[in-house]
Amino acid sequence: MKVARHWREIPHRYRMEAVRCLKCQALFFPRRLICPECGNREFKTERLSGRGTLLTFTVTEVAPQGFEDQIPYAVGIVEMDEGVRVMGQITDCDPAHLKIGDRMATQFRRIREEGKTGIIMYAYKFVPDLGL
Amino acid sequence: MVGIVGYGTHIPRFRIKVEEIAKVWGADAPAYKRGLNLNEKTVPAPDEDCATLSVNAARNALRRAGIDPQDIGAVYVGSESHPYAVKPTGTIVSEALGACPFVHTADLEFACKAGTEGLFIALHLVKSGVISYGLAIGADTSQGAPSDALEYSAAAGAGAFIVGSHGVLAELEDTHCYMTDTPDFWRREHAYYPEHGGRFTGIPAYFKHVLGAAEAIMEKTGHRAPDFDHVVFHQPNGKFPVTVAKQLGFKEPQYRLGLLSPLLGNTYSGSSPMGFAATLDGASPDQRILLISYGSGAGSDAFVFRTTDRLLEVRDRAPLVRKQLDEHKVYLEYGVYIKHRRKIRKSE
Amino acid sequence: MKDIAVVGIGLIKWGELWEKSFRDMCVEAALACLEDAGTDRVDAVTIGTMTTGIFVGQEHLDSIIPDYLGRRLTPAIRVESACSSGGMAVRGAFVEVASGLSDFVLAIGVEKMTDISGAEATYALATAADQENEAFHGVTFPGLYAMMARAHMHRYGTSRDQLAQVAVKNHHNGSLNTYAQFPFEVTLDAVKRSTMVADPLRLLDCSPITDGAAAVLLAPVEEARKLGKKPLVKITGVGNATDTIALAHRHDLLRLEAVEMATQRALGMAGKKIEDIDFAEVHDCFTIAEIMVLEAMGVVEPGRGGPATAEGMTALDGSFPVNPSGGLKSKGHPVGATGVAQICEAVTQLRGEAEKRQIPGARSALTQNMGGSGASCVVHILEVES
Repeated sequence: MKVARHWREIPHRYRMEAVRCLKCQALFFPRRLICPECGNREFKTERLSGRGTLLTFTVTEVAPQGFEDQIPYAVGIVEMDEGVRVMGQITDCDPAHLKIGDRMATQFRRIREEGKTGIIMYAYKFVPDLGL
Repeated sequence: MVGIVGYGTHIPRFRIKVEEIAKVWGADAPAYKRGLNLNEKTVPAPDEDCATLSVNAARNALRRAGIDPQDIGAVYVGSESHPYAVKPTGTIVSEALGACPFVHTADLEFACKAGTEGLFIALHLVKSGVISYGLAIGADTSQGAPSDALEYSAAAGAGAFIVGSHGVLAELEDTHCYMTDTPDFWRREHAYYPEHGGRFTGIPAYFKHVLGAAEAIMEKTGHRAPDFDHVVFHQPNGKFPVTVAKQLGFKEPQYRLGLLSPLLGNTYSGSSPMGFAATLDGASPDQRILLISYGSGAGSDAFVFRTTDRLLEVRDRAPLVRKQLDEHKVYLEYGVYIKHRRKIRKSE
Repeated sequence: MKDIAVVGIGLIKWGELWEKSFRDMCVEAALACLEDAGTDRVDAVTIGTMTTGIFVGQEHLDSIIPDYLGRRLTPAIRVESACSSGGMAVRGAFVEVASGLSDFVLAIGVEKMTDISGAEATYALATAADQENEAFHGVTFPGLYAMMARAHMHRYGTSRDQLAQVAVKNHHNGSLNTYAQFPFEVTLDAVKRSTMVADPLRLLDCSPITDGAAAVLLAPVEEARKLGKKPLVKITGVGNATDTIALAHRHDLLRLEAVEMATQRALGMAGKKIEDIDFAEVHDCFTIAEIMVLEAMGVVEPGRGGPATAEGMTALDGSFPVNPSGGLKSKGHPVGATGVAQICEAVTQLRGEAEKRQIPGARSALTQNMGGSGASCVVHILEVES
C-alpha cells in the first residue's frame, strides 16, 4: 500500500500549492527544493487559482491499469493564469468539443482507488470553465 | 448575531430521466412522474463522490464567506454515502480547503438529516463562543436499488454552509428538533442498498417528524406560516414537501424557491441544505426563512433564519443553484448510468 | 581520449519470443557479435535495459550477464535511461574504452516485454514518465506524444497524412530487414484506419511491444586494426543531454531540447555539422517523434518535419535517409535494445552490408536514442574510414 507516497503529495494535489522563488520570483508547480532558474533555495507557498487556458490535450482510449473503466478520458496541459503549466485529466467534457485555447477551471475529483479495499486518491482535474 | 456567512452547492452535470429508468423495468413512467412529482435526477460522474462534492460545494461557500480557511474551527460532513466506512470524509475536506490542523472535524450520519445536523452543531458552537467559523456540509451520492421506487429519486449533490458571527448573510433566530426511534428506512452494514417500509415512510415517518418539528419551532418562536417569506423542507420527492407545506398552511410562492427535487431528485443529506441554498439565491434582505430537514430513523432539525443586506453583496461570488441545476446538463442512457454507478458486476 | 572503433555487431530477430528468456536473448546477441568481431576478448560489459525489474522481476543484471556468457568475474555495469538505456550502454562502453580503462567492451541492450499483460507493460513503460505529475493522472506514453502531436499540428499545420507517412516509410524499410519484428509494408490508409490509442495517435503510429536484444563490441582503433577489421567503422562523437521529465515543465512543448543539445555535443566532438551526415537512425517511438527529432537535430527548420517526410527527403533514396532499418515502428522496440540496434544498423550501412536497404555511398551516420517524452537523449556519430 503506497499510503505514505500519496499522503506526501496532498499539498499539491488537494490545494494546488505552488512555490515562488524568493530571489527571482519564478513560480513552480509542484514544489522544488532548488530554483531551476537561479539556483536559490528559499521559496514561499502560493495556491493556484485553478483557472487557465488549454495548451494541448489527447483522448486516451487505451488505458493503463486502474484507469480502464474511465475510457475514453481526456488529459491535457493547461497554462494556469499564474504562468505555470499543469498536466491533468479533463473531466465533465465531451472530448470532441475540446479545443486548444479553451478556458479551463479546476475541481476536486477522485483519481482512482487501490482496488476494492485500498485507499482512494483525490486530486485536481480540469473542467471546461462554464461558471458552474 | 450568529448565522450563515457563506453558502455553496455542487451539482453533477449528468442526469437520467424517469422515463429512461422506467423503460428498462417495464414501469409506468407517467404514473411515477405524477405520483412522485419527479422528472429526472442527477447522477454523479465516476470521479465524483461525497468527498469531492463536499469540497467543491465548500469552495463555493468560501467564495461567498471571503474568510481565511485557517479561521474555520470546525468541519462537519453529513452523508449516508461517505467514501470510507472508517476514515473521515471531514479530514479530506479540511485538508483540501486548507483548514488543518486546528479544526474540529467529524463525519455525521442520520440518513437524510446529516447535513443539517452539522449545521445545528456548528451554529451552536459559534453561539457559545467555542469557534469563530464553522463549516457544515450535507453531501450524498446514494444508491437506489435497481427497479425499486427509490431508484427514480436517489441522486447526488452537496450543500455547504459556513457559519459565524461576522459577515452574517442569514441570521439564526432559533433552532428546534424532533426525534424518535422509527424504522422507516435503513441500511445494515455491508448491505449494498437500503431497505424501506413502503407506505410506512409517509405519515408515521416523514410527516410525523416534519410536522412535529415545524409545530414545535413555530410555538417556540411565536411565528405562524404567514410570518415566513420562504420555507424549505426535506425533499425525498416532489410530492411530500408540497403536501406537508399545505398541511402547515404554506402557499406555493413560499416553497417555490426551495423546491428542487422534481429536477434534482433526492440528494439525501444534501436535500434540504440545497433547497435552503436555492432559497438564499432568490431571497431578498430582511426575509424570514423556515428550514426543516428530515432523516429516516427518524428525526427533523428545524431552523429559523432572517436574511441581511450582506446576502446581496456576496451572492454572485459563486454559481447559483439553479445555474448548476438547469444549465449544461448531460443526459445518460440507463446502461451508462449503471456503469457510472458501478451496478455492473465485473470480473475480480 | 582514444579513437574508438566498433569491431563487432550482433542481432537476433525481434518479435514476441515466447521461448526466449532475457538471458537467452543476451547470450545469442552477444555470441553473434563476438563472431562478427572475430575475437573472444571481452574486458568489460555494459548492459542497457529499462526495467527487467518490472517486466520479469529481475534486477542485478551486471551479475547475471557475464556469468551466463561464461565469463564470471568480468567487470560489468547496468545502465538505465528509460528508452535510451541502450544508447547509454553504448556511451558507457565508449567512455570505458576511450579512457583507457578497458580495451574490449561489450555493450548489450535487451528488453523482455511479453511476460506480462499489455496493461502491465503500459504501466512499466509509464515509469519513464513523471509518476506523480503524469502517470498518476492516467497519462500514458502514447498520450504524451499525442499531446505533442496535437500541439505540433496546431502550431505548424502538420497533417495526419504526414504523420502516417513516417510509418509507411519505416515499414517499407523494415520489409527489407530480416531482423525486423514486422517486416511488411503498410499503406497510408491502413495507418489512418487503425485503432485509436490516444487521439490523434493510432495503433500504427506507435512502436510495438517487442522482445529483443542487440550487442556491439567496442575497442580502440589500434586493436581494431590488429584484428584486420575492414572497412573500419569508428564512433567519432558522443553527445548526451537531459531535460525535464514532465512534458508540462519543458520550456517549449514542441522543442526536444535534450535532442538539440545531445546532437550538437556529438557533432561538436566529431568536428562535423549536420549537413555532413549521410543518414540517421532515430527514435521513432511514435510517428510524431521522428518528425520532431528531425527538427531538433537541425535537419529541417522547426515545423518542416512533416512536409519533409511527405516530400520523401527521409526515404531510402532521399537526400537524408532516416531509419533505413525500419525504425522502432517496423523493426520493433524492445526498449533497452533499441539504442544498441541503431549502432548495429549504422555499422552495417557504413560497411556496405545492408543489401536491399543499402544507402549508396554512406560514409557517416548519426544515431539518436531518446528516453521518455524527450527527457533524455544520447547521440552517436559514426564514420567509416576510407
